[in-house]
Amino acid sequence: MTPLFAALDTQALTQYLINGLSYGMLIALVALGYTMVYGIVELINFAHGDLFMLGAFLGWTIITAVFKVSPDDAVLGPVALLVCFVIVPAFCGLLNFSVDRVIYRPLRKAPRLAPLVSAIGVSFIFQNLGLFWGGPQDVDFPKLVSNKNLLGLDATVRFTYQDLLVVGVTIPLMIALTVFVKLTPLGKAMRATAQNPTAAQLMGINTERVIATTFILGGTLAGFGAMIYGLTINSIHYQMGFLVGLYAFTAAVLGGIGNIPGAVLGGLLIGLVRSLGSAYVGERWTGALIFAMLIVVLVFRPAGLLGARVREKV
Amino acid sequence: MPFRVLPVLVLVAVASAGFAVPQPEAVGRPDVIKIVSSLPRTGSARGQTDTIVAGIRLALHEVDYKLALNGTPYRIEYLDLDDANAAAGQWTAENEISNAVLASRDPDVMVYIGTYNSSAARISMPILNKSHVLMVSPANTAPELTKPGAGGKCEPNCYRPSGEVNYVRVVPTDDLQGSLAAEWAQDLGARKVYILDDTETYGQGVANLFEAHARKIGMDVLGHESIDLKGAEFSALMTKIKTKNPDLIYFGGTTQTKASQVLKDMVKAGMDKCKFMAPDGCHEETMITQTGADILVPGRFYATFGGLTTDRLAVGAGKVFVNKYKELYGKEPSEAYAVYGYECGRVALEAIRRAAKKDRQAILEAGRSIANFDGAAGVKWSFDANGDTTLQMMTGSTVQMVKEDGKDVPHLRWAHDLLPRTTK
Repeated sequence: MTPLFAALDTQALTQYLINGLSYGMLIALVALGYTMVYGIVELINFAHGDLFMLGAFLGWTIITAVFKVSPDDAVLGPVALLVCFVIVPAFCGLLNFSVDRVIYRPLRKAPRLAPLVSAIGVSFIFQNLGLFWGGPQDVDFPKLVSNKNLLGLDATVRFTYQDLLVVGVTIPLMIALTVFVKLTPLGKAMRATAQNPTAAQLMGINTERVIATTFILGGTLAGFGAMIYGLTINSIHYQMGFLVGLYAFTAAVLGGIGNIPGAVLGGLLIGLVRSLGSAYVGERWTGALIFAMLIVVLVFRPAGLLGARVREKV
Repeated sequence: MPFRVLPVLVLVAVASAGFAVPQPEAVGRPDVIKIVSSLPRTGSARGQTDTIVAGIRLALHEVDYKLALNGTPYRIEYLDLDDANAAAGQWTAENEISNAVLASRDPDVMVYIGTYNSSAARISMPILNKSHVLMVSPANTAPELTKPGAGGKCEPNCYRPSGEVNYVRVVPTDDLQGSLAAEWAQDLGARKVYILDDTETYGQGVANLFEAHARKIGMDVLGHESIDLKGAEFSALMTKIKTKNPDLIYFGGTTQTKASQVLKDMVKAGMDKCKFMAPDGCHEETMITQTGADILVPGRFYATFGGLTTDRLAVGAGKVFVNKYKELYGKEPSEAYAVYGYECGRVALEAIRRAAKKDRQAILEAGRSIANFDGAAGVKWSFDANGDTTLQMMTGSTVQMVKEDGKDVPHLRWAHDLLPRTTK
């Protein structure tokens, strides 16, 4: 229906870019969890998206059942938000750590397929937990962060408090993660383990501790992502982890799996393609466009956009 | 040792549970007539189907689950089957097939009340048609199930392999709902509309009918596109629609196909003056709770319903039904389809009574020729040659704030009677 080269409306274009980047940052937060775990133990943790979903349900329960916040409550709202932003990431980090400790760790020396299939199993368990928790229908997530336009009430381009929340939480997190991985001893140990776990062990690095840290970090980021998702999209569903997980995994592959800036770049690209594709091609083609982009990138750069060409380990 | 015995025990238990599943009886009981219903009893349509089943039970309760045919007393048994499962959250083909097969194999089953979803009816209609079971739907609105020319080339004959009509419905079809919705939108002051649909039979069908009629009555249709059902949010789509500045967005779809997310993103994109209209797939309380009070300000959300809603009934001749329902259950029906469940129960009983014997073919013929029937809504109606009701009145509802425990709680309330303009 929409002409592919409609006269470019710069204001609308700006809006598409804002929407796309905002959604992309959310995808990037989840993608980091995939890529970090893959980088360290070469496991595609399919349960990651569903972990994210459980985080969102926990946030919803804290807000609606524990604090019983009504949307216009000026005092209780921010308090509940603060509590959620502490408890939900902590819960997701702890849960991810426990899954690794109980399910993946005994399989560390097993063939690669064993933990992969176990991850799919964990994903199903989490989805069913979500089904019991929230029921089969969409659940309304309280709109605690206002949708007011920061650029003035009458401005055509909208940059809302919700967009500010996405930027204000995601960017500091990414900076903190980069600083952690680049500058701290544990971060250095992580990079060493990713490069060569046996050599790292020989150098006296406790690789199991490094792996546990990675799972905790990935889960924590997913927890932040879950809160942002709930507060900006305002509907949560027990199967939402599948779709977000799929996009996040795609983002990780797009950027080069195992590569932290790559996952962020992949997430942002997916957000932009989704938004611009919906605007200039048609809403129903967005899924096809994202995966077409993935195929094209992988044909020309099989290791992903920022992925290094690693020699096959012998 | 116990660890070696345990798995064996578990397997034995599971296998014997499989054998214990009741098989349909080959020989029926001579003094029993069974009426079954097949509706999505788990998932988000649960609220609607709870009241449909309550309506059916009310009709059976009125005759005390007994009928005398030519002096022979019969007991009426009612079976409430589920065509959904918890994992899917909505109807599934497997569940619907198994219900239809169960009903046709059981010689005591004379009437099959269902389905709720039009797509589910496509599956059970041919099965029941071959075994000559009268099928009465309280909620299917897709026109092509009964009307020649409304759908594909084979429709509706492919649903009738035996060549005769065994399917009747007590609700008006979507071809009427789409055009009545367009007329109502115009009456509400909308000049420029944007149409969205969910790509499904029901949603896309009603959206296409809305579009055709909107153009016919001179409204400006700015665009019509399908949403990506797998999309989590639609802010980019809404930004695009915003640049075209419509007065009203029509969404052909249901609560289960993202209606509330589309509405939320419309408001989020800054279209706070734009109205949002949807068909009866969204005419339910779930839609309200999923969307939230802050989005549903008065004058924003409108839903049409292919019949008369409970609160509309209560101000007219239908209040007899509402009172009977209240007397039996102690509360008013919370969802609009209750009266159609009741109507289905009465149609089933009437067909059996008119046939005056326990015979599928006779009951089927008596059922589809019901005419001048005293409807629960207080209006007389008949089944036409296709099995459709001649009742044509529909309801337009909007959100009103109702005080509950000192708080304003949004509810869908009757706002407007929808009648074709020519007959007004």
